[in-house]
Amino acid sequence: MNNGAAQPGLASANPTPQGAAISMRNIFLEFLFIGATSFGGGVVAYLRDGLVTKRRWVDDQEFVEYLAISQSLPGLNATNMAVLVGDRLRGLRGALTALLAICLPGAILMMVVGVAYHAHGDKPMVTAVLKGVAAAAIGLILATTIQLGRKSLAHVYDLVFVGLTVFGVDQLHQSVPRVLIVVGILAILWYRPRKPKETAQ
Amino acid sequence: MTQLIALLRVFSYLSILTVGGGLAAFPEMKNLVVNVHQWLNFTQLVHLYSMGQISPGPNMMMIVAIGEWVAGIPGVIVVLVAFFGPTALLAFFMGRLWAKLAKWPWRASIERGLTPVSIGLLLAGCLSLAHGAVTDWGTAVIAVAVLLILLVSKINPGWLVLGSALVGGIAFGPKFL
Repeated sequence: MNNGAAQPGLASANPTPQGAAISMRNIFLEFLFIGATSFGGGVVAYLRDGLVTKRRWVDDQEFVEYLAISQSLPGLNATNMAVLVGDRLRGLRGALTALLAICLPGAILMMVVGVAYHAHGDKPMVTAVLKGVAAAAIGLILATTIQLGRKSLAHVYDLVFVGLTVFGVDQLHQSVPRVLIVVGILAILWYRPRKPKETAQ
Repeated sequence: MTQLIALLRVFSYLSILTVGGGLAAFPEMKNLVVNVHQWLNFTQLVHLYSMGQISPGPNMMMIVAIGEWVAGIPGVIVVLVAFFGPTALLAFFMGRLWAKLAKWPWRASIERGLTPVSIGLLLAGCLSLAHGAVTDWGTAVIAVAVLLILLVSKINPGWLVLGSALVGGIAFGPKFL
């Protein structure tokens, strides 16, 4: 289990303020703040800054644990983390509040952007600017994916499963769920628990 | 009403495909919203998606724009509930269950096995997006430059995107001189 963003072993001795219950208002405000300020992708780094460093609501180890769960489940890291941390802080209501708060600023912004784009999206200057933005987005996404891969791909076998997945979707034009199920089950079976030794690191 | 139901079906289906990130669902999203329902064309989807990447918060908020185009404010609400509801519920219950499964040996196998698959899905999504975004030498140069700068420095990507917007406007825009 090494797909967390932090170095394992750095489990800090952060004193999590367990005594006083964290107010719903503070949960809302912190996730709203993260939802409004996490420009440029990489919302996980902003979550860590806000939840671990600034607020100390969860410690480093918990954060990595939640991130591992978030990445194994469908759903965006940002919203899965909001649900998990919100639940940890104040149960179901905390989860709902955190989810709503982290989504709200981006949703309002993208609605405004959508309306503006609908009205002016076909103007030559707008198309030209967005052509540049879209090209940059490819570079940004590739960089994020490569950095994630460096951290979490440990074996040559991993690259085989990455390759099979890309090949299935991009070359064979198979639907995402079909590839996910076939290659996913193959990979899980490959890393199945083994009796004699310890389970896969 | 039929449009709202179509939005609900499409985005709740896309929701469960987002293993590893929103990008994993991109090839399927392209097929459904561009080819099947024709709510927008591929270039528009690529534009909205790239703007969504740099906007703050969860990076799939561009779905809101599609909901708004198709069915106004009710469309926005339907799209948000459909896209974030199923995975939020799953995260909520699995989060509680996952902690209890700490000793279950298959838990490590699932995490281990799904990691490369999710990275593969992200790459496949990236390729699908690139078909619409990297269309000539100019866009290829921008994409590679941004990639290389991000791999060697810690600059906030927002600045690079802003710079690329500027370069795009100058290089691809109407010539005033």
